[in-house]
Amino acid sequence: MKNGRHLTLGIETSCDETAVSVVADGRDILSNVISTQISIHTQFGGVVPEIASRRHLENINGVIDKALSDADVCIGDIDLVGVTYGPGLVGALLIGVAAAKSIAYACDIPLVGVNHMHGHIAANYLEHHDLEPPFMSLVVSGGHTNIVNVPDYNKCEKIGGTRDDAAGEAFDKVARVIGLGYPGGPKVDKAAREGNREAIDFKRVWLEPGSYDFSFSGLKTQALNYLNSERQAGREINVNDVAASFQEAVVEVIAEKAVRAAAEYGQKRIVMAGGVASNTRLRELISEKAAAQGIDVLRPSPVLCTDNGAMIASAAYYAYKAGERSGYDLDAVPALEF
Amino acid sequence: MKHIEKGTFFINSEAETRALGLTIAEAAEPGDIVALIGDLGTGKTALTKYIAEGLGVKEEVISPTFTIVREYRSGRLPLYHFDVYRLSDGMEFLDTGAEDYLEDSGLSVIEWADIVADVLPPDALVVMIEYAEEGKRKVTVL
Repeated sequence: MKNGRHLTLGIETSCDETAVSVVADGRDILSNVISTQISIHTQFGGVVPEIASRRHLENINGVIDKALSDADVCIGDIDLVGVTYGPGLVGALLIGVAAAKSIAYACDIPLVGVNHMHGHIAANYLEHHDLEPPFMSLVVSGGHTNIVNVPDYNKCEKIGGTRDDAAGEAFDKVARVIGLGYPGGPKVDKAAREGNREAIDFKRVWLEPGSYDFSFSGLKTQALNYLNSERQAGREINVNDVAASFQEAVVEVIAEKAVRAAAEYGQKRIVMAGGVASNTRLRELISEKAAAQGIDVLRPSPVLCTDNGAMIASAAYYAYKAGERSGYDLDAVPALEF
Repeated sequence: MKHIEKGTFFINSEAETRALGLTIAEAAEPGDIVALIGDLGTGKTALTKYIAEGLGVKEEVISPTFTIVREYRSGRLPLYHFDVYRLSDGMEFLDTGAEDYLEDSGLSVIEWADIVADVLPPDALVVMIEYAEEGKRKVTVL
């Protein structure tokens, strides 16, 4: 507690980032440190994805210290520790969970384990201070493509998800084969603005009528087949057209299903989350379709779309307020469901 | 791993991919490793889905590219489905905690296994998938 405000320390180490944040009253970010953004990594040999648990271990203490000093608080001011306990890589998750447990024990403060996916949705509470459930959420990133009904702060009902590749992954893979490189999402987005989205007729994959699930693997194959046949025929490939047409086939299905889900569940808002929420065309299309149904669309700023500790702190705060507590036996659950 | 016929053959349809997946699943024993090698879109994840089906896995098998590994425990053996595309070598692979999986009594299926070949045991079943004419796939089992 500092200046009468409840302080949550949020720790996120589920995959690539070692990230720690201090959030006041579940809504105000006092600090938000992501290891890849600061100079810590340079001490240890450059920007490597921190998939390896060793890298999280090297980073975690420095990132916690920086999160506290950026927030101008000391560890004794913290009231609650929230930590991602899944889904993710077990070795990576364990570092965050162990750090969180140690702090909770040493400072004698409560601990709450957070589902990483709930965290992504909670990122919106940090961006939009008036936002409260209920709403429909769309979580689209490199690893996830989910439509989630959120009736309450601590209730997330997954109603649709990908059956093969995530949307961001599809962008990455196609970006690679058309030579756009990494990161695929932003590169495809940019190239698509110069291209004709009707140039190539990639088949939309809707699955069974009424389904909120997605499948992008077949679309990836369609793109590969198209590129192969064009190359074999000796025709020049217009990268911008491929990017625009492919992107359209992905985002049209996502936008359509998200809006249909919101309408069917009677939700007046769609809350986007995850890295692909920054995609220009997805935002445009979903806003268009939602507006036609009288539905608002919200999304967090790009820094809150990627993995971060603040979203974990916010989700932990609302779980804590609902009476949730984790014990010192909290363990990493790599395959944690929604 | 129980006996599986080694050699090179062609796969002409989804049904034949499924048949290969079911065969591998049937031969799988606790602690086995399947190393899948093949370019983007050759059907590594599709083959893994059919291996999962053969093991009796009930959950949807989705791409592990982002998370590196996904676990499925509803089948005859635990299935550990890896995609090491984002990694750079075998040491990094072990450092993600992979060793615990590989030494466990499940079946580990590793996509892009060529990247981590330096740390895979010599008795891993290697399945190479290549593009062939007219949408076919050339498969080499070693």
